Amino acid sequence: MRLEPIAAPSLARTFTPPALALIATVVIASLLAMIAGANPFGVLGLIVKGAAGSTFALLETLNRATPLIFTGLAVAVAFRARLWNIGAEAQLYAGALVVAVLGTGLLGWPSGVLLPALAILAMIAGALVLLVPALLKVRFGVDEVVTTLLLNFIFLLFVSMLLEGPLKDPMGMGWPKSPRLIPEARLPRMVDGLRLHWGFGLALISAVLVWVVQARTTLGYEMRAVGLNREAARFAGIPVNAVLIKTALLSGGLAALAGYSEVAGLKGNLTLDLSPGFGYTGIIVAMLALLNPLAVVAAALFVAGVFVGADSMSRAVGVPTYLADIMLATALLLMVVAILLTRFRVVRE
Amino acid sequence: MAETEEAQVVLRLDSITKTFGALTANDAVSLALREGEVIALLGENGAGKTTLMNILFGQYTADSGTVEVFGRALPPGNPRAALDAGVGMVHQHFTLADNMTVLENVTLGTRSLWSPRMDRAAARARIAKLAADFRLAVDPDARVGTLSVGERQRVEILKALYRDARILILDEPTAVLTPQETEDLFATLRKAVALGLSIVFISHKLHEVMAISDRVLILRHGRLVHEGATRDTDRHALAALMVGSEVTAPRVASGTPGPALLSLVDVGTPDEGAAPGLKSLTLTLRAGQITGLAGVSGNGQAALADLIGGMRAPASGTLALGDTPPARWSPRAAVHGGIARIPEDRHKTGTVADFDLTENAILERYMDAPYSTRGWMHWPQAEAATRGIIDKYDVRCPGPGTRIRLLSGGNMQKLILGRVLEAGPRIILANQPVRGLDIGAVNYVHEQLLAARDGGAAVLLISEDLDEIMALSDVIHVISEGRLSPPFARGSMTPAELGVWMAGHGFEEERAHAS
Repeated sequence: MRLEPIAAPSLARTFTPPALALIATVVIASLLAMIAGANPFGVLGLIVKGAAGSTFALLETLNRATPLIFTGLAVAVAFRARLWNIGAEAQLYAGALVVAVLGTGLLGWPSGVLLPALAILAMIAGALVLLVPALLKVRFGVDEVVTTLLLNFIFLLFVSMLLEGPLKDPMGMGWPKSPRLIPEARLPRMVDGLRLHWGFGLALISAVLVWVVQARTTLGYEMRAVGLNREAARFAGIPVNAVLIKTALLSGGLAALAGYSEVAGLKGNLTLDLSPGFGYTGIIVAMLALLNPLAVVAAALFVAGVFVGADSMSRAVGVPTYLADIMLATALLLMVVAILLTRFRVVRE
Repeated sequence: MAETEEAQVVLRLDSITKTFGALTANDAVSLALREGEVIALLGENGAGKTTLMNILFGQYTADSGTVEVFGRALPPGNPRAALDAGVGMVHQHFTLADNMTVLENVTLGTRSLWSPRMDRAAARARIAKLAADFRLAVDPDARVGTLSVGERQRVEILKALYRDARILILDEPTAVLTPQETEDLFATLRKAVALGLSIVFISHKLHEVMAISDRVLILRHGRLVHEGATRDTDRHALAALMVGSEVTAPRVASGTPGPALLSLVDVGTPDEGAAPGLKSLTLTLRAGQITGLAGVSGNGQAALADLIGGMRAPASGTLALGDTPPARWSPRAAVHGGIARIPEDRHKTGTVADFDLTENAILERYMDAPYSTRGWMHWPQAEAATRGIIDKYDVRCPGPGTRIRLLSGGNMQKLILGRVLEAGPRIILANQPVRGLDIGAVNYVHEQLLAARDGGAAVLLISEDLDEIMALSDVIHVISEGRLSPPFARGSMTPAELGVWMAGHGFEEERAHAS
């Protein structure tokens, strides 16, 4: 057996395999729920209900999707240029750190100035965190997978050190957390009375902007060319190293916005459990979205929905929340195969 | 050889048919190879030669038909079966480990992984005997990375013989050889035939086919269109059968040389691994002239092409466009300096496979108006320009939105031609512009180069095909180990004389004369 590329995939060919992948994911999740001793239809129903069954559930899902959109975009932008940024987690914390340090009264500006300023400074911080591995890559050929991955641990320990020391809230009863932000540094709610902050709106705008950059600007064209064929890009005169650096700055900045929106929008201060792996989950989101920035939004909503729904289901029937991780892993693996099948057909020899 | 009529048939392909979707790659092809015989398999690219050999070696399974070696049918789809039955293949691209010695390469894979040690003495003796029997002079302890192309090919043949091959299949074996090395190869093949081996010789080069083969088979569009004794035919008849209509050799009038558009004076570049850099090289490209660069591959052609294409700056010496050296030398400086660059490898460097035609057509000029202004792309303008290229250069494709990986090599090359020629270049760097193309596309590319020359462009044609160089060039240089021969005017040298230079002789005398 081998794979043969399909010249012009039909509509059915484009949509059937991903749909089958989703159905297969649901079937496998049901089987696992049965093994755990629950009624599979009940479990799935509870997950859907927990993710989108009420206004509260829906808002919870949107809130959870917000950082995933940012980290998903960060990964999608980098991977598109074949810059393997596994360090969105560190960049997220860099953005969060900026807000936690400067948003507690150090800058006494009105909200309309302070919030954009914090966003820009957070992006710069995240960009700088990814700039180091990117420079090591283009100057010395150091593998960025290793450097970005290891930087996550270094950065998390650095944040931990700060939270135990200079950043520790004196009123925090000894917990390692930073002081609360001033009200001017908090992102307002999108709709009065609904628990959804403007971080979500910023995430949607970012997705559209990233799409515009990729599809309509020379930088986006350069990034795609560098990602698809570095040698041809260099031959054509595209400054490959400069493009990789610009990609790193954009990617790091996007990931930092996840930290910004979590601290300024949701939490109000910085703790070590700010991100339950949003940086890593961003890779899943980006892959599910085929690195398309608009599809990142849909993928982030799906992933967030599974997590939030599984939490709620677990509380109701006692099936472990690990089911959510298994569902996502299954969905990712099946989706990768499904996407292969939209572009290739299997030929039996 | 009249007695071959009675000789035993060692390899028989019987009405092999293979289709890929709508394409019939092999249509009931039958072939019989007799003991001690050389048959030549001729055909354009895409005629089905490779498919046929892949079926023989079990890479593909035929839709119908059978393969028999020494009277026994081979099971379909089993790559080991042909090897075990005594068929050896020498590929166009060698499959040798550069960091191992000849002895290790030859014995590689012939011993069980579990046997504690190999008997080097016995292996060495066997290789020495094979080398003597078949006139394959090569040092068994030399590291393959240090060997010349011709020597590596001998190692490949030794590998096949060491595995007791009685049938040798040679895929375009002379493409990378100098005329002298080709003669050595032919001596080996004649020796092999005398010792009872049988050979399938796949080639484009008609004079070699005439020189070495007993019978010629021609494939066209997957069908066997001719089978007959070599002595009963001639080159013109074979060429006509290959393309399906009588081909006339291009009758090229000489160009009228104008002013120097690009000059290199005493240019040097550092060596890169095994690839030599340029050694104090001086070259002038004149308007209205095709300058041919002949040479065996890997002798500095890549360094020269990189230099003129803007991929690297000279480490010493000067490069000047017209009579001004450019302030900064880069691919963009080269493109904007009026250099049309047709790269050697259109898949790896010339195009981005998963970009569509439009995105590929603007690859060198996406930063310029009208394709973009102030960082914003203008896709409608880019697409309109691409449509223009598709029409004018007859690029066969569904449309400008097609991914370029789906195009044939010839159509890909036409798009590259359109991309670089539409800008009205003054200098054309054509690096292996027809490699791997069928005859129709070859003629098209050559016509375009000649038209550009007659329009006043300076053309540098780099090719390993001496026939192509001699047919098109107004002036010929030979490159060897990064050194450039003096210019030879059209018609002043025979292929054999150029071959002496290609083998690296003559340069020292030249230096002695100069000093």
